[in-house]
Amino acid sequence: MTAPKVTTAPAHAEVRVAQAPAPTGKGGKRRRGGGRAEQPMVPEAEFTSYYGRPIVKASPWEHDIPAYLFLGGVAAGSSLLSAGADLSDRPALRRTGRLGALVGLTFSLGFLVRDLGRPSRFLNMLRVVKVTSPMSVGTWLLTAYGPFAGLAGAAELRPLLPRRLRDGSVGRLLAFSSRPAGLVAAVLAPPIASYTAVLLSDTATPTWHDSHRHLPFVFVGSASAASGGLGMIGAPVHEAGPARRLAIGGAVLELAVERKMEQAMGLTAEPLHDGHAGQLMRASKALTVVGAAGTLLVGGRSRTGAVASGLALMAGSALLRFGVFEAGQASARDPKYTVVPQRERLARSGPTRSPDGRPPSGTRVQR
Amino acid sequence: MTNSFYGPLDPAPDAGWRDEQPRKGFFTDTSICIGCKACEVACKEWNAVPEDGLLMLGSSYDNTGSLGASTWRHVKFIEQPKSVGNQDPGLAGLPVGPSTVDVLNRTSESALLGDTTALGTTTAKLEVKAPVDLGMPTAQLPGVVDGGQRSEFRWLMESDVCKHCTHAACLDVCPTGALFRTEFGTVVVQDDICNGCGYCVPACPFGVIDRRVGEVGVVKNAGVAQKCTLCYDRLGDGLTPACAQACPTQSIQYGDVEELRERAQARVDALHEQGVHDARLYGENTHDGVGGLGAFFLLLDEPEVYGLPPDPVVTTKDLPSMWKQATLAGVAMLAGAAAAFVGRS
Repeated sequence: MTAPKVTTAPAHAEVRVAQAPAPTGKGGKRRRGGGRAEQPMVPEAEFTSYYGRPIVKASPWEHDIPAYLFLGGVAAGSSLLSAGADLSDRPALRRTGRLGALVGLTFSLGFLVRDLGRPSRFLNMLRVVKVTSPMSVGTWLLTAYGPFAGLAGAAELRPLLPRRLRDGSVGRLLAFSSRPAGLVAAVLAPPIASYTAVLLSDTATPTWHDSHRHLPFVFVGSASAASGGLGMIGAPVHEAGPARRLAIGGAVLELAVERKMEQAMGLTAEPLHDGHAGQLMRASKALTVVGAAGTLLVGGRSRTGAVASGLALMAGSALLRFGVFEAGQASARDPKYTVVPQRERLARSGPTRSPDGRPPSGTRVQR
Repeated sequence: MTNSFYGPLDPAPDAGWRDEQPRKGFFTDTSICIGCKACEVACKEWNAVPEDGLLMLGSSYDNTGSLGASTWRHVKFIEQPKSVGNQDPGLAGLPVGPSTVDVLNRTSESALLGDTTALGTTTAKLEVKAPVDLGMPTAQLPGVVDGGQRSEFRWLMESDVCKHCTHAACLDVCPTGALFRTEFGTVVVQDDICNGCGYCVPACPFGVIDRRVGEVGVVKNAGVAQKCTLCYDRLGDGLTPACAQACPTQSIQYGDVEELRERAQARVDALHEQGVHDARLYGENTHDGVGGLGAFFLLLDEPEVYGLPPDPVVTTKDLPSMWKQATLAGVAMLAGAAAAFVGRS
């Protein structure tokens, strides 16, 4: 038996002390990622953990969920655009929006069901209504929105129906109900785009929870950019003016609020810069900036430019959802993001106590 | 209902139960845990919880890993070069020096790296290291063989379990109503209702609940969220939960939460008197971020040493503000879309 190697540092059971990234290596990268040098420097975090194991559990969700977040956003924005297009007589933009909403809704429902541990029990979601559960609220929103968006989308497929159906009572009913259905869908659409932020934030996953004040705005911005992009892809340039304005507004909102969000978050913003999530976020920002600039410069003149900008915006929006999703998962897997912010809060204001709280009786307040 | 998200609360009446039942829970006194894992075994046996992996984790005597869908009691082992209170480590006359604890820990860490399934430690690839002496007992007196590598030593053990929070995030976010509050104030999953959406998993501030992995029809309750039920079936018959029944040192004490809190306070006072100044209660305060735990603990070190969050706050505390922000964002989107149609082509 060889003698155990003894390090100079005193041994203790604080198993995992602290590896905030070395300021040289990752710091530069982070700065580049954030795009700004004033990203608050996070002091090297020292913390203790149980063999480096996670404290909170990462969600068991797979890529179905960010895909759903993206498609739900596209559907919501598309319903808004198509309702406006319907009222302002822009048939191609209306068609694009309604079909985009129909396709987005269909696939997002598919992703949602597939992600369940027991997909056959999907309908159990409808046995309760709970405002404390964003997933329950979302289910009911989709249940309300789905039929109307579906009806409006189906109306666009009417020309594909066999002549007898198209001109018969079914076809006429479709034609008659498409506008009211599209308008109802448009009213229900914004909550579909914004509740998904609450879905992520109402968890103990550090990066998701800490973003709760800003994430809804980031997500509606992202949804607007993506659906505006889709409108630019599907509608001719002369009809797509509102789509361009929605896309640019959405992209600006998304980029600005996302930046503010990271500044407000502190340590838990780190996973948004580091690793795979950081790559996704950087790619998302680049594509969104390029897409928005393209929309502004060439989107109103060239159809090719509009399609390319629209694609960039849609890809940027999708990558944002995947980036936020992955960052949250990474923040749950590393106990640093659970322990250090709670320790900082303790050092700042003591243990969390509800308003009529008393100090913990008898126990000594540690540090 | 005013306190439903935050603050002190008696959870069973708040959930609508009318017949008066005192709230039931656990007080786990880690200062007398001997790490026998009888609680883990008894829990598995009584609740027919399937096998949860047969890994050697190299983290002291903990080869269980963490609480999860198929681990409802988890005994943790922490080795520290400190003494407990005024305990005599029996090192008089022996050469002493730095202990081997950090070597142990580094070894265990390398064993954990690259393990993606049970523990979620996906941070780096498995690094094969040269074998090191773990300082296991030999025929010689401690410290003789390795030339004075001995020090004071204490072994912390803690039997972890679902905390049955007063404000249970898992229950609040459950979209099917599968998770419910029992008449005893505990939190239980209904296996036949849960559709495995997985929302409760990231919601729990302690990382307790998880979705059971496995093939549906082969593994019991595969794809469904699972956790400690505080032996709901036994409680109904006036029995003690299996883990507390099996605990040979009464480290796990079961009873009315009110009474357990008093007992815990008496115990922590006694320990302080005996010079164990590290002793502290965790989760007994009804005004903390989760409204107090139904299953609370006496710890001998900071919570994070045991893998517990130092100051947990239920996520739904911020839910009203989240809905407000989401509503504002939705209105902004609607207004933005309307504005996009105003003006030029």
